[in-house]
Amino acid sequence: MASKKHNEVVIDVDERNELGHPLDYRELNEKIRGCISSGMEKVILKGVTGQRYIASAMDDPDVKIDIHGTPGNDLGAFLNGGTIEVFGNAQDVTGNTMNDGRIIVHGNSWDITGLAARGGTILIRGNSGYRVGIHMKEFNGSGPRLVIGGSVHDYLGEYMAGGTIAILGIGMEEDVSPVGLSVGTGMHGGRIFVRGAVEEHQLGTAAHVLPLTDEDWEELQSMIEEFEHAFGLKPSRCRDDYVKVGPLDSRPFRGHYDKTNI
Amino acid sequence: MLQGNDGPVPASWMASDFDAYPQQGRSYVVDIPHRHKYRMGSCGIAGCINTDGSMISGSKIEKMITTMGERENGLGAGFVCYGLFPDYADEYCLQVLYESDQSRAGLEEYLSDRAYIIKDEKVKTVAVPTMKPPFPLVWRYFIRPKTNTESFWRKGLDEEDYMVHMVMQINQADNGAFCVSSGKNMAVFKGSGYAKEIAQFYDIGRYKGNMWLSHSRFPTNSPGWWAGSHPISILDWSICHNGEITSYGVNKKLVEMAGYKCSLLTDSEVITYLWDLLVRRHGLPIPAASFAMAPWYYKDIDRLDEQLRQLALQLRITYKEAFLNGPFSILVGRSEPNVTMIALADRKKLRPLVMGVSEDGNSVFAASEECAIKAVQKDAETWAPKAGNPVVVRLGEGIVRRGTEAPFQGVRL
Repeated sequence: MASKKHNEVVIDVDERNELGHPLDYRELNEKIRGCISSGMEKVILKGVTGQRYIASAMDDPDVKIDIHGTPGNDLGAFLNGGTIEVFGNAQDVTGNTMNDGRIIVHGNSWDITGLAARGGTILIRGNSGYRVGIHMKEFNGSGPRLVIGGSVHDYLGEYMAGGTIAILGIGMEEDVSPVGLSVGTGMHGGRIFVRGAVEEHQLGTAAHVLPLTDEDWEELQSMIEEFEHAFGLKPSRCRDDYVKVGPLDSRPFRGHYDKTNI
Repeated sequence: MLQGNDGPVPASWMASDFDAYPQQGRSYVVDIPHRHKYRMGSCGIAGCINTDGSMISGSKIEKMITTMGERENGLGAGFVCYGLFPDYADEYCLQVLYESDQSRAGLEEYLSDRAYIIKDEKVKTVAVPTMKPPFPLVWRYFIRPKTNTESFWRKGLDEEDYMVHMVMQINQADNGAFCVSSGKNMAVFKGSGYAKEIAQFYDIGRYKGNMWLSHSRFPTNSPGWWAGSHPISILDWSICHNGEITSYGVNKKLVEMAGYKCSLLTDSEVITYLWDLLVRRHGLPIPAASFAMAPWYYKDIDRLDEQLRQLALQLRITYKEAFLNGPFSILVGRSEPNVTMIALADRKKLRPLVMGVSEDGNSVFAASEECAIKAVQKDAETWAPKAGNPVVVRLGEGIVRRGTEAPFQGVRL
């Protein structure tokens, strides 16, 4: 890897315009794209101050973006390849509609992480917020994988159509659920693994606690492994600690909208 | 000119007739951004408080709010500073936007009938070249209401309610004057423009206080104009709001029945009056008032212990018209009985709200986006409060609630 050191570039983002606004995300993304097209394999961003859509639609699988500071909303939106690593917290809508690639956050990511993701991997070391992993979907054997080390709030995996979410509850007390209310409301595909209990009242319409199959456990183990590798943390490896939430049916609202009823 | 009596509001001012809004046609209503460039945005809110009583310069809050440049579109911004006038801490400070010297003379005549003007001064403003003139004349009055007049005792109001009544009258009348703040030891600095421009207009860096709140606007359903910018304030209350109040009609009915008049053409106004009504006038503790505005679902209330369940149900029933439906995150400021910052998001957390605290624990921050906090306090530990769960930070006491507690925790039943 050392030989590729010359393929590394640092962009210092610390500048403000006449309205006090930080560097415009368009300019930043243009700089990043310029670096990638000139052959850089690692782009290090310093002093990032809330710029949105960083590295959105990037599709080079060999490129890595390191972010120091606070990236703005929609980090890695439409990401199609490559790795984004954040050394701090991310804001809202991390990995919006991402298709492939990896986003690693060494901190928290706030609300709506992984919105409508269709592929790729998102690893969050700490906590996330409301509406995490909503509208995720999978197709032809490829789906998104989202791992949250700590806890999340309400509406986890709402309207989920595919993909896998794991909530590892690291640092949580035994009797505290690491997920909020309305888990999996309206979900009709995919699976959510939660370390610790998910009570009946936490489940949204269409979501059910299901038995963890061998296949599930295998997938969950590989996600935990990836998480361990990224952060050096040791989440529980005890199969009995985990609960699976999923749909009973791919069409949970069948019959609710019967046009012959009108 | 405003008349020196308290006659009924002319029918032509009623809200049903849009053309008759007193603000219609005001010269300093901005309808088109001066450098319009369509950009997806949303309101930004930011606040900071030093709980050890040390002072914060206006340039710090300016940096916080301008950091979220992605959110504003130049149609309004504002700041409120608490702990600003220690020498006049017992007087109400009226900060007024005037259209002209004539409107100033009119209002001063009105005021001198009702209050002792202890001190008045022109608020320093700078004509910022990038902003669209005309600019209002900004004046500040330290006043004490005359409680020995017939006008006062005939209303049967206490001093604070009398102040509210006066502010409502000023803002309703077609008098070329808008009172943007009326509390003790605080003042609002707001207008139409980008946050940076408004900061320059008022030279915000010259002020120091224990607490600042600020707002940058992306108006969605109401015009961008000087008095309609945030913070929206009555007495010592001030509100910075990001979101939309879809229940505006119902909320407006409640506050209007309690004597408030909505005259600022924005849904955010009712939130200010609701806080004043629920907390100052009805004496609700902050967690209870927050619950009334952002209540739990009934099915979730049923899971509470019986005593709390009853309390929650009573709040929902009694204050059903105070329920703020729609997405919001708000910062609320108060100076009585002590400078306090309240941060609250709606019950589904449909708008962002992040809190931060410095390593030494003395400085607490709130913002729409974490980048605004990290821009002024790199070492800040940040957390996100839960939906409908108020954060309360008070001068001298520190963080009273983190917004992650059980409902009504700390409320004496």
